[in-house]
Amino acid sequence: MKHLLSINDLGAEGIEEACRLADHFTEVSQRPIPKVPALRGKTVAMLFYEDSTRTRLSFEVAARRLSADVMGFSVSASSVNKGESVRDTVATVSAMGPDALVVRHRSAGVPQQTAAWTHASVINAGDGWHEHPTQALLDCYTIRDRLGSMAGRRIVILGDIKHSRVARSCVMAFTSLGAKVTLVAPPTLLPPAVDSWPVDVSFSLDAALSDCDVVYGLRVQQERQSEALLPSLREYTAQWGLTVDRAARLPAGALIMHPGPVNRGVEIAPEVLDQPNATLNEQVRHGVAVRMAVLYLLLAADPDRQPEGEAS
Amino acid sequence: MSTVIKGGTVVDQTGERTADVVVDDGRIAAVGPDLTGDEVLDASGCVVAPGFVDLHAHLRQPGAEEAETIETGSWAAVRGGFSAVVAMPNTNPPIDCAAVVQEVLALGAKAPCDVYTSGAITVGRKGDQLAPMAEMAALGVRLFTDDGNGVQEAGLMRRAMEYAAGLGVILAQHCEVDSLAAGGHMHEGEWSSRLGIPGVPAEAEELMVMRDIALSRFTGAPVHFQHLSTRGSIAMVRAARQAGVEVTAEAATHHFTLTDDACASYDPVFKVNPPLRPADDRDAVREGLADGAVDAIATDHAPHSPDAKEMPFDQAPPGMLGLETALALALTELDLPIAEVVGLLSWRPAAIAGLKGIHGGPIESGAPANLCVFDPQETWTVDPYDLASRSRNTPYAGRQVRGRVRHTIVGGQAVLVDQEMRP
Repeated sequence: MKHLLSINDLGAEGIEEACRLADHFTEVSQRPIPKVPALRGKTVAMLFYEDSTRTRLSFEVAARRLSADVMGFSVSASSVNKGESVRDTVATVSAMGPDALVVRHRSAGVPQQTAAWTHASVINAGDGWHEHPTQALLDCYTIRDRLGSMAGRRIVILGDIKHSRVARSCVMAFTSLGAKVTLVAPPTLLPPAVDSWPVDVSFSLDAALSDCDVVYGLRVQQERQSEALLPSLREYTAQWGLTVDRAARLPAGALIMHPGPVNRGVEIAPEVLDQPNATLNEQVRHGVAVRMAVLYLLLAADPDRQPEGEAS
Repeated sequence: MSTVIKGGTVVDQTGERTADVVVDDGRIAAVGPDLTGDEVLDASGCVVAPGFVDLHAHLRQPGAEEAETIETGSWAAVRGGFSAVVAMPNTNPPIDCAAVVQEVLALGAKAPCDVYTSGAITVGRKGDQLAPMAEMAALGVRLFTDDGNGVQEAGLMRRAMEYAAGLGVILAQHCEVDSLAAGGHMHEGEWSSRLGIPGVPAEAEELMVMRDIALSRFTGAPVHFQHLSTRGSIAMVRAARQAGVEVTAEAATHHFTLTDDACASYDPVFKVNPPLRPADDRDAVREGLADGAVDAIATDHAPHSPDAKEMPFDQAPPGMLGLETALALALTELDLPIAEVVGLLSWRPAAIAGLKGIHGGPIESGAPANLCVFDPQETWTVDPYDLASRSRNTPYAGRQVRGRVRHTIVGGQAVLVDQEMRP
């Protein structure tokens, strides 16, 4: 595999393999010196055209723990502000010889376009409303870690599905591993032609919550109100918010997940975030191991070789 | 000096016959067997047709000469068999007053094909205030459109139709309701959902088609619908014509050729407005062309520089080249007799553009010599680097097509001979 543009590039087997590698890298991350030389001499460039906290930091930490060098790129301090096109920036960065480009952009498809413009491997770190494959991967890893396996699990994805790259990647990842996914949202926040997605759809959160193993909340942004997609955030929270009362009606052991950043009090109540079955911080922690696995899969000289365990 | 086109099959609105055609002094001098002339253009195995008329070409001048000029766009037209093109007014400045019309016509006078221009319906194509249509009509403008924008306001469109009818000119509408289409970059449906690209629903087009049919019935003014792309639009136009409403319609080459799944490449070369639609809509366009609901094939030739088309999909401008590939795609993709394809490209659009008697045949002694000679069997591969257009944004790169223009004669001048341009 040369690029990771969509979670479908991995497929069910690839996701399983990445999770097995992530198990190993989780162990590495717990060592006193959490570092292996697997990617020594490799260079990973970060091309983040959009703000990011967890994804960007996570990729940087992952690359460094594999002993790769990291080239940072911040739009606000670059020639992009002078009007440089994505293609020219990709050519410029590529000329410095990175082995991988980690790309985030507000427009769907930019990582795929980038792959045609560079010899490096391209990793999609989130493109518009399209995909966020490493997020889906770390979510699979988290569910697997907590619940043992994905097959047959009932997962509710709740919130602004229409504008969510996380939802697109997660639906494909979860269903490819045998989970049953139900989307719950007001109709205005569902994607068009949702009947072509491999999911069930419900407009009632209360009906969907009673028999699920995971409820996965998505961020609901203020601007959806001005776009006339929602009457008000107050009404959204009343109908579709994961309130303390609703969380109390979840089956025992059901997980509460969210990709972050959270709009506290809008899509999820602050108290719910502190419950032991809320996995937000675990998701972030697993993000590092999973991204180490992805970098290793794409960049290690011999992908069949197990990573060496010695600390460097 | 006379020119004889020898050995071809003449196809026009009067039928088909094997005949030579002699051109002299700008006109057709004779049509019949065994004719001679000073210069001989071989047409064996070829169709001799009226020169094609494109109702919808973006020649980009003035304002975007890096993408196309009237000269380069006209050469693209000639290579596609067109003897006449109607330039769209979304230039910079827009063609919304006599001064810009004159500039375009002056540049067009030096071009290898006949360049007509449309004029804007509203000042600046902004949809607020009627443009001075009478002063533009006095310079010969027959077709008015805000192309690229639909006229959003129903009351304004009504007045524009009434005013245009009084001048004997026709309004051409780019049907798109902004409040439904805004922010969209491809057809809204299964593919936009999967690709995460904001969509434009078919209804954005259909609502305006519906409204303008009602306004045409109300005012009695004719209206022409540009680049119809959905099954619903074509069904409404078909029904309106049957009910006697004076509407006409064109379909763009790409809407009977390509479908929205092409956007999965995220290559903005497939971004166009109206967007590529699913196969069912494409099939409806084909049916409309076959049964007469759609009058004409238009190219919607829309050049963009490579820089503009190497943007992220949602930032790139819409539009694709069309002049040099329209005939071949019609012959390759439409299951229609050659005479019908020729009609869709020549006499039917000529009638809409008010060019009857000048372009579009019939091919008979005394008529203006605007002709196209093409080999309906020659196969060739579309190469973006082998185009007369200044731009390269053809969505057909690498596609094998059938049917190639061999000679084009404009006003008696052989400007394309054996596929070679003759400046």
